[in-house]
Amino acid sequence: VAKLDYVKSDYSTDEEPNDISDIRGYNNFYEFGTGKEEPSVNAQKLTVDPWSVKIDGMVDKPGDYDLADILSGVTLEERIYRLRCVEAWSMVVPWIGFPLADLLNRIGVQPSAKFVAFETLVRPEEMIGQRYPILDWPYREGLRLDEAMHPLTILATGLYGEEMPKQNGAPIRLVVPWKYGFKSIKSIVRISLTDQMPETTWNMQNPREYGFYSNVNPTVDHPRWSQASERRIGGGLFGGRQDTLMFNGYEEHVAGLYAGQDLTKDY
Amino acid sequence: MTLTDRINQAARRLPAWPIYIVGVLLPVWLFWQAASGALGVDPIKALEDRLGLWGLKLIVAGLCVTPLRRFAGVNLIKYRRSLGLLAFLYIVLHFLTWLLLDLGLRWEQALGDIIKRPYITVGMVGLLAMVPLALTSNDRAVRWLGSARWQKLQKLAYLVALSGGVHFLWLVKAWPVEPFLYLGAILGLLAVRMIPKRFRLAA
Repeated sequence: VAKLDYVKSDYSTDEEPNDISDIRGYNNFYEFGTGKEEPSVNAQKLTVDPWSVKIDGMVDKPGDYDLADILSGVTLEERIYRLRCVEAWSMVVPWIGFPLADLLNRIGVQPSAKFVAFETLVRPEEMIGQRYPILDWPYREGLRLDEAMHPLTILATGLYGEEMPKQNGAPIRLVVPWKYGFKSIKSIVRISLTDQMPETTWNMQNPREYGFYSNVNPTVDHPRWSQASERRIGGGLFGGRQDTLMFNGYEEHVAGLYAGQDLTKDY
Repeated sequence: MTLTDRINQAARRLPAWPIYIVGVLLPVWLFWQAASGALGVDPIKALEDRLGLWGLKLIVAGLCVTPLRRFAGVNLIKYRRSLGLLAFLYIVLHFLTWLLLDLGLRWEQALGDIIKRPYITVGMVGLLAMVPLALTSNDRAVRWLGSARWQKLQKLAYLVALSGGVHFLWLVKAWPVEPFLYLGAILGLLAVRMIPKRFRLAA
């Protein structure tokens, strides 16, 4: 696995990262099966080189960009972030990536754009989960433009100083640490700037349970389970639970984005 | 000799007690695996899921006994009590794993979940409905209640099975196949009980 050059970041938490075996062995990536251990096996067939990303919509320089072009001149940073899954478990992951804002600024976002929409690759020959209509493929996610431009929001191409494992969303994925994990879309092939709130996969699947925003919020429960606490992966059989933090602990950075919004309605 | 005869003959010879031994060893083995890391990086969830699923399997197995006798002439009734009692053991352990290990004795959250989360409420209904069944699973209770009343009480098993099947289906994200298969099997096994008795095929 290729080593990556990167610099450290002040945005990193000083919490202890999970073992790399936790991060590589316990994944939600339904394109490769619904079991947590399935992606680590099934994703290995995925071809990640060549890889191109279509950037379109309300941008100055639309086009199909090769991954190398997207990464050229980019300074990679290590961002050690908490990851909180909507299923009430969590990890700490040392991502390697760069701010999404860097890319959007290079592409030129037009003033009319209000949202960013993302799509994951569709390639059922290599992604066996896509042979079943478990979800409405392609996997889709989206952010409001101010969320997308926030310095905490990154495109990650690696973790633990190495290239991104396939089961974690190689070769390039989104990481939005104050939102539930499913917002951080994997294996991105399309980024579109739009003035409409984009359709997002889990919201399409069950709008009552999964909102567009899906910010980590211990005071707004999932209809079927509490979000007040979480199980930290790696804690073993007797690890118990810890309290879930507002905005997954990134409140001081991102609370301002939602000033005036009722987070029980905009869940 | 037909297959049915062979099974019945074997069942007459094989006692029920080995089922208890194997059945009690399984949770011990699962717990040991979970503690030693053999069930993956989220051992609490793995233990919780496996205990629940084994409980549900035993409930489904218990529901098979009557239709097997009626429609296939296979008589496994002497094993039904052990299946039911082990199912109760597994579901109690499943509940305790949730309460003690998963929620770490966060009573407020546990109580809130039981009241507010429909799938947990349904699961609790199933567990509570198993308690009278377990308490009356001995010969003394049968004598004390009288056979007719005891038989009637055992119908609670249908509520247990339905609760278990719905609980499983309701807790998953998206729509994987497995919980549908379990609920389908349970509904099927309850439906065949509604076939009028005159269609009896048993030998």
